[in-house]
Amino acid sequence: MTDAALPRRQPFALRFPSVMIFLAILALFTVGVTILSEGFGIGVISTSFIKTLGKTLCLCLVALAMDLVWGYCGILSLGHMAFFGIGGYAIGMWLMYARTEIIVLESLAAAELPPTAQEVSDGIATQIFGVVGSSEFPPIWAFAHSLPLQLAAVIIVPGLLALVFGWLAFRSRVTGVYLSILTQAMTLALSLHLFQNDSGLRGNNGLSGLQNLPGLDDVPQATVSLWFFWASALALGLGYVLCAWIVSGKFGSVIRAIRDDEARVRFLGYPVEAFKLVIFTLTAVIAGIAGALYYPQAGIVNPAEIAPIASIYLAVWVAIGGRGRLYGAVIGAAFVSLLSTWFTGGQAPDINLGFYTISWVDWWTVLLGLSFVAVTLFAPKGIGGLVDILIDRKSPNRHGADLGPDQGALREQEADK
Amino acid sequence: MLRLAAFLLVSISLALPAQSQQAEAPIQQLLQTHSEIILKSSRRTIGPAVDALANSGLPESQTVLDRWQNKEMWVNEETGLFVFAEEVDRDTLRIFDFADGSEIGVVPDEGFDQLKPNSGIRGMIATALVQFQLSDPNPETRQRALDAIERGAEESHLTALRASIPQETDEALLTRKKRLERLLTISYGEADQERIEAIESFDGDLGVDVRAALNPLLAVRVEAAETVPEDADVGRILKPGSEALSREDAYDLLVRAELARPRISLDDQRQALIANIADGQVAGIQVATLDTQAARDMAYAALAEQGTVTAAATEAEVNERLANHVFYERYVGAPPEVVAAAQLALKAIENKVAVNQAFDLGLDALSLASIYFLAAIGLAITFGVMGVINMAHGEFIMMGAYTGYVVQLFIPDYTLSILVAIPLAFAVTFGAGVAMERLVIRWLYHRPLETLLATFGISIALQQIAKNIFGTQARPLTAPGWLDGSLVINDIVSISYIRIAIFVLALLFLALFLFVMNRTRLGLEVRAVTQNPRMAASMGINPDKINMLTFGFGSGIAGIAGVAIGLYAKVTSEMGSDYIVQSFMTVVVGGVGNIWGTLLGATMVGFLQKGIEWFNPSNTLAAQTYMILFIILFIQFRPKGIIALKGRAAEA
Amino acid sequence: MSMKFLSTTAAAALFVSTLPAFAQDVTCPIKVGVLHSLSGTMAISETTLKDTMEMLVDQQNEKGGLLGCQLEAVVVDPASDWPLFAEKARELLTVQNVDVIFGSWTSVSRKSALPVLEELNGLMFYPVQYEGEESSKNVFYTGAAPNQQAIPATDYFLEELGVEKFALLGTDYVYPRTTNNILEAYLKDKGIAEEDIFVNYTPFGHSDWSKIVADVVALGADGKKVGVISTINGDANIGFYKELAAAGISADDIPVVAFSVGEEELSGLDTTNLVGHLAAWNYFQSADTPANEEWVAAWKARMGEERVTNDPMEAHYIGFNMWVNAVTDAGTTDVDAVRTAMYGQEFPNLTGGTAVMLPNHHLSKPVLIGEITEDGQFDIISQTEEVPGDAWTDFLPESAVLKSDWAELGCGMYNTETSTCVQIKSNY
Repeated sequence: MTDAALPRRQPFALRFPSVMIFLAILALFTVGVTILSEGFGIGVISTSFIKTLGKTLCLCLVALAMDLVWGYCGILSLGHMAFFGIGGYAIGMWLMYARTEIIVLESLAAAELPPTAQEVSDGIATQIFGVVGSSEFPPIWAFAHSLPLQLAAVIIVPGLLALVFGWLAFRSRVTGVYLSILTQAMTLALSLHLFQNDSGLRGNNGLSGLQNLPGLDDVPQATVSLWFFWASALALGLGYVLCAWIVSGKFGSVIRAIRDDEARVRFLGYPVEAFKLVIFTLTAVIAGIAGALYYPQAGIVNPAEIAPIASIYLAVWVAIGGRGRLYGAVIGAAFVSLLSTWFTGGQAPDINLGFYTISWVDWWTVLLGLSFVAVTLFAPKGIGGLVDILIDRKSPNRHGADLGPDQGALREQEADK
Repeated sequence: MLRLAAFLLVSISLALPAQSQQAEAPIQQLLQTHSEIILKSSRRTIGPAVDALANSGLPESQTVLDRWQNKEMWVNEETGLFVFAEEVDRDTLRIFDFADGSEIGVVPDEGFDQLKPNSGIRGMIATALVQFQLSDPNPETRQRALDAIERGAEESHLTALRASIPQETDEALLTRKKRLERLLTISYGEADQERIEAIESFDGDLGVDVRAALNPLLAVRVEAAETVPEDADVGRILKPGSEALSREDAYDLLVRAELARPRISLDDQRQALIANIADGQVAGIQVATLDTQAARDMAYAALAEQGTVTAAATEAEVNERLANHVFYERYVGAPPEVVAAAQLALKAIENKVAVNQAFDLGLDALSLASIYFLAAIGLAITFGVMGVINMAHGEFIMMGAYTGYVVQLFIPDYTLSILVAIPLAFAVTFGAGVAMERLVIRWLYHRPLETLLATFGISIALQQIAKNIFGTQARPLTAPGWLDGSLVINDIVSISYIRIAIFVLALLFLALFLFVMNRTRLGLEVRAVTQNPRMAASMGINPDKINMLTFGFGSGIAGIAGVAIGLYAKVTSEMGSDYIVQSFMTVVVGGVGNIWGTLLGATMVGFLQKGIEWFNPSNTLAAQTYMILFIILFIQFRPKGIIALKGRAAEA
Repeated sequence: MSMKFLSTTAAAALFVSTLPAFAQDVTCPIKVGVLHSLSGTMAISETTLKDTMEMLVDQQNEKGGLLGCQLEAVVVDPASDWPLFAEKARELLTVQNVDVIFGSWTSVSRKSALPVLEELNGLMFYPVQYEGEESSKNVFYTGAAPNQQAIPATDYFLEELGVEKFALLGTDYVYPRTTNNILEAYLKDKGIAEEDIFVNYTPFGHSDWSKIVADVVALGADGKKVGVISTINGDANIGFYKELAAAGISADDIPVVAFSVGEEELSGLDTTNLVGHLAAWNYFQSADTPANEEWVAAWKARMGEERVTNDPMEAHYIGFNMWVNAVTDAGTTDVDAVRTAMYGQEFPNLTGGTAVMLPNHHLSKPVLIGEITEDGQFDIISQTEEVPGDAWTDFLPESAVLKSDWAELGCGMYNTETSTCVQIKSNY
């Protein structure tokens, strides 16, 4: 919070050495992974792990967005994975369409009559929707043939949804826990809607085979996975700079003030709703972009990805990493998701207690759950708090009585923030 | 050696019964005649065998049909003779001769094949048995005969039924017989007049069987003609392009009646064009240019002009043909007078059916509402009264249900086990709730958002622990026998007893909650702590203790709800997560901190969901989606819920 | 194309494990990947299959292993998270270098793993009844295709029970949707009018069935015999059957045939009120053959007396044994060699008769229809001859022209009308 009070003359980079450090680490990491990879390097890291790392970078990006909206603006959104999923769907539609179009055109080229546009479209639709028992394109696929339009959709659809939802919610002053539940309801409604086959997005099956880029069949996945890894690293780097820039200026001060005491900011004359709306929408867009990069690496996007639990996990990553600091979100997302991969992979050794063998496949979730509790209880600053100890930064001790006259002043309960 | 002995023993014992069985008895002869189709055991082909047995006039035929129906008929693989048998144990049979019912002996089952008539054949046998059973001295047998008539009535039953009515002594059976007689008269009565009278006698009757008898009378066939014929059996006039008759169907009808030329499908057109490709051209048009539908139409027309293909009907021709014909329904199910009576009766019934269906839907909605209420009431206490978000609430429901399951493992009597399970579930989840409050929640009272995360952590941990203990399969939680079945008001309105029990339980909880909150010291203290903990503390109330007890109380109720939900649905480690979001929404919609709000919230959610399901019966998922959207919108306009707390309490 | 795959795989093997893949035909131990969810929603069904695989591997090792090597089961947990199936499949194939994978339950998980299997030329055995419309070069489908379960069961309804009006109830996902589509087309073919087919889809884990059951009862109002074909999945069945029992619907009035309800699902239920309702599978635990008795006994001895066996378990049993025989025949675990050796492999079913692997990667198996009994088992009342599995259904116009033949045509989606291979890889 003291950041904003610093003189504004200094360049951005100097004021925030953490951004520079982060970018340096990210760059080193990217180069290092590339050198060790199968596609362009010596092949120490398997392609499947490159994909995992690339996906982790995307998760870090969406965690950044979550940190911005929750850690800095105080809105605990339990719906940001919905935007993430929408981003994945938007790019997935093009990937599926374009890939199928190539197949269909190839197979129709052998036909005796040149295919009509209708026949081509029917052929593609049968291939895509045959699996869910339909053979027509729903209206929602109107732009699927065009990469630029679908790329635009990656930004516009989550942004628009967030804008409308946020406007409705903030306008009626839904805050705190209520807002959390409302956002959860939003993502539940969206996932239930997508679960229906009638939604036009292949229901429970979702969009699959997204790792195969249209027209690039000859490029091995070892290479494709690195492309996406680089793109994810770039997006994370840019996202980090953007978020750091946002929270550094006056705008950043206002949103933190909203987090700490919304009513007071409103009385000071700031349009609180507008600020919240901007942050909510912006983070939704970032989540959408992260999703659009994530799902081609995962290979499949489906409604289960949007289920409320995914968004709760997102909040948990940020909490474990340490909210209210951008690198905390990145650390949390990377740490938990990689650990999760390791444990569910069956590689973690079982612990034999003599009377009972703890198999991590069974007990990992229990450990994860209990560690949330431990983190919230004992380490509210999360892993990022370790950095404070390292550089010996202490927050002012405000434990004790109220520091102001009444509710709204900085009080005991805020001292931990 | 031993094996040889066993083999000998088997062959001897197999050989013996065959000798002592009366292979020449007429009933065995009859069975042998139809042996092939009996062994084939398919409903499509079995008819002659069943008919032959039923009409044989042999006294044993009833036994044969009876035993056969009950899967007690076996066939000797070697001799092909039929016997009936009782299973002594898994591998041994006691066999009997059909001819005189005498025991032949006890044999191993290896040489015998059991005949397993499927339920279709069993139905046919039951139908054939009706004639023997209608006047049987045993009322249960007569009842079985009536069941058989209800399931598959035949014309011959009418006479048999009429004949049996005068001798019927059992009052209930007599009523059933009379009703069935009237139903059969509707379908098979000889004279129109008696059929009409029977129809009229059912005025306003809601039975599905009545509608099942009436509707076939109204069967129609769609016909087309230049003008509507004056016949009495002509019903509705249909307009092509309306919902009842699409333009395509109407035109197909004309084509079938040879009143119009067929149209050509795009596929056939393509085939025809391909068949006529010559030198890369079709009718002088370059094949390469045929990549639009218009071009293909032109090429086809050109081919038709050359006479290579038959011209297809054009759109204009289709329009002209459709305009020139009228389409109407012709009643084929019954004579016009009977149809008229049936229409009238059905109309009256349909109106009543609609009202009853709405009522039934209301009952369903009420039942769903009470389930939501039960699931949410614990939450209403922890979230509503204390402001604590407990994401592990669903897992308390699950713990309650598993408690019920474990109790049933130890106490086999279902009634007793449920009586034990309910307080035990309360105790278990009360304990879990108190433990959770002491260990976790009380450190987080000032940080509601973090309570959410911490309790979520507990939730996933509990879920996984349940999985590790009980496995991933669903576990049975069986309701006591007296909760089986439904309260049937009529054929449309019925509700299962278990749902009624849940409804009653929900009411009980409401009363309990109101009593505890308004009439006990604990309630007073809870309200005081809720409104102002510091003031309450200075009045000598220990807020820590009260918070602990409140939380335990809310969790305990969730445990009992778990038993109830497990009884009507399923017990799995994930059952809690099915209810958690809905429960939160129920509480939020209703208005936090008010039990009446929760009640209203549950009612609204329940009725809304059933209402949407009614509009779109084929997609239950859509109903849930729309309901959530509605709730989101609702909260925009009433952010504090249906019943909003006012004044100071609202700020707390 | 396949050369490229080979070199990629070989490169991967070289780099990752530093074990030369070409040095000999078999690397000991032979690794068998098991890709079944052990956590999440599908764990309820899939954990059993993981146990089955471990048992089969152990049994094979007791018999002396395979090609002189011991077998090793490599178990991973895709946690009912569909993208994880792709990730874990890749991990199994490139990091663990497994020789074969047995796995997946839901269609979506199979579709998720498919691209990876095709890219890396892996080999997977898929043990669950599914909607068909697929034939991948790298997957052997040991569960039932629609013509091995849904169509015979519908025939049974039409012919044996005389059902004239159908309620198709299903969980809203691909298998019920596609199966119901095929059945609708099939029923219309058989002269059932469109208004006599009632279709309803419910979400996973649905528990509030009273209205739907009431709707089904109301179907009887026009005097036609009503039958229910249920593709309701998993634990939603429990609520459905409880409601059915509460409404007092006997199997003689409205029979219900289920395609996803087996012994395992019934173990969560009291079946007294459900006696006589039906299920169609290729296997029931009650099958009266010596092989089955031995299998059930081995399973119970290993897992506990109360555990039951079911159809997908038999599918793995057949699939695993066929693979073992194919590997023995080929003398190597190389995927292409094993695949070629798989065609025409025969292995006795647990229910009697012999299963044959067809060139379209499906099995030829008998279809059984069983009636639910009071003890939660099925009384087998109908058993057909072996029915060859059909990858592309004959009852949907787009699929009727397609066929799959990997042995002769080398194509899984061959258009018989135009005599062209539509695509070598699958559409996912």
